[in-house]
Amino acid sequence: MIKVDNLSKSFGSLKVLHNISMEINKGDVVAIVGPSGSGKSTLLRCVNLLEVPTEGKVWIDGQNLTDPKTNIMHVRAKIGMVFQHFHLFPHKTALENLTYAPMKVKGLSKGEAVSTARNLLKKVGLEEKENEYPNRLSGGQKQRVAIARALAMEPEYMLFDEPTSALDPEMVKEVLDVMKSLAGSGMTMAIVTHEMGFAREVADRVCFLDGGALVEQAPPKEFFQSPRTDRAKAFLEKVL
Amino acid sequence: MGFSQIYDSIPYILYGIWVTLQFVSVSAVFGFIWGIILALFKISRVTFLTGFADAYTFIFRGVPLILQLAIIYFATPQVVGYDITAFQAGVLAFSLHSGAYISEIIRAGILAVDKGQTEAAQALGVSYRPMMKDIILPQAMKNILPALMNEFITLTKESAIVSTIGVLDIMRRAQIVAADKFLYFPPLITAAVIYLILVTILTLLGRAVERRMRRSD
Ligand SMILES: Nc1ncnc2c1ncn2[C@@H]1O[C@H](COP(=O)(O)OP(=O)(O)OP(=O)(O)O)[C@@H](O)[C@H]1O
Ligand SMILES: [Mg+2]
Repeated sequence: MIKVDNLSKSFGSLKVLHNISMEINKGDVVAIVGPSGSGKSTLLRCVNLLEVPTEGKVWIDGQNLTDPKTNIMHVRAKIGMVFQHFHLFPHKTALENLTYAPMKVKGLSKGEAVSTARNLLKKVGLEEKENEYPNRLSGGQKQRVAIARALAMEPEYMLFDEPTSALDPEMVKEVLDVMKSLAGSGMTMAIVTHEMGFAREVADRVCFLDGGALVEQAPPKEFFQSPRTDRAKAFLEKVL
Repeated sequence: MGFSQIYDSIPYILYGIWVTLQFVSVSAVFGFIWGIILALFKISRVTFLTGFADAYTFIFRGVPLILQLAIIYFATPQVVGYDITAFQAGVLAFSLHSGAYISEIIRAGILAVDKGQTEAAQALGVSYRPMMKDIILPQAMKNILPALMNEFITLTKESAIVSTIGVLDIMRRAQIVAADKFLYFPPLITAAVIYLILVTILTLLGRAVERRMRRSD
């Protein structure tokens, strides 16, 4: 379980997250939505400590991430993250992108890592691309490799930060399909997204952020049909 | 113009190529390793390390190389009591000196690597050392190869100043022949041509490596 407890984050004098508390249970799929600059990415990045919270705590399976004694590398290894701009390793092939961390971090043998990686590439429909370098892949293919790379660590949680925002429209679906099947397999996921249709269909819960505050949390049906706050109403009017 | 008069001394000068190459390659390897270490100091968050590396670069880039060389060669025996050879003094001075320049090149190269690469590695639980070694430095190297090659070419040319402490490199040999025959133009021109050829070869080599690396893009 991921538990965010009274989290605040400032960059210098700019406070971008205000006392956020939320929980993500095993198997939950949570969509995080909100206007640009509302702090969605920052919140997500606090969950694996790419950003260090200014105040408050983040718990992963009962481990307090903000405690200096916690081995953050161990915790990160069980949280996969997918970025808007993929961040594949450009000097490694698709397959090497997948095998690198499992071998380095978990000490898997090359044979084990490669067979896991091939299975995952197959799962995302890219088994024939294993020897391609990232710059020879389309955006959608890159993002699918990036998802597979995160899954290669066999994480218990997956964080997605606008995984389809940098894609050409015709490639959005192939990535969302992979995420859907991942959600269907019971993966715990937190997804920052502008794809409201996807959020409605796949998420168990929608978290609406505005101005750095968690303004509303509700099941998608409720959130999209009858938002409680004016801010959520205004946001939905713009995006739907 | 007198080239015929130094004809039998040309092999003697040519042998200096071997001395110069030996000297330059050893210095280049040490300077490169030292440059990487200094660059890592510079980007670290440890104030002491960044302070040290910055001060180091300031000093070694600010003092003329020929003076650094003289200090190391003539002062070391008196201060440390170790009777340093001219070759060792040369390698030491050039490694320390080029380390300062190379560290700046590498630092810039590391900073030019997309921050997302670091974040992707961190998010996968990869710790600092393997991340630097396997993810960041290989990408930085590719960007800085032209600048690095330039530095090695400079090193080759500048290496001629080790002749001032008596290393028998191309330059020194040309001077010896000149003094011996009372004939300056032919031996010095011979040395100049040799340096030009060396630099040309290094430049072509650099381009070939660059092309190879670009292929994997
Ligand atoms: N490293 C940083 N340094 C300073 N300010 C930052 C930094 N990262 C984010 N911010 C600021 O924090 C606020 C929230 O940014 P964040 O990226 O979390 O928003 P977001 O909701 O993800 O927006 P978007 O939908 O555009 O991605 C913004 O005002 C942004 O400018
Ligand atoms: Mg964002």
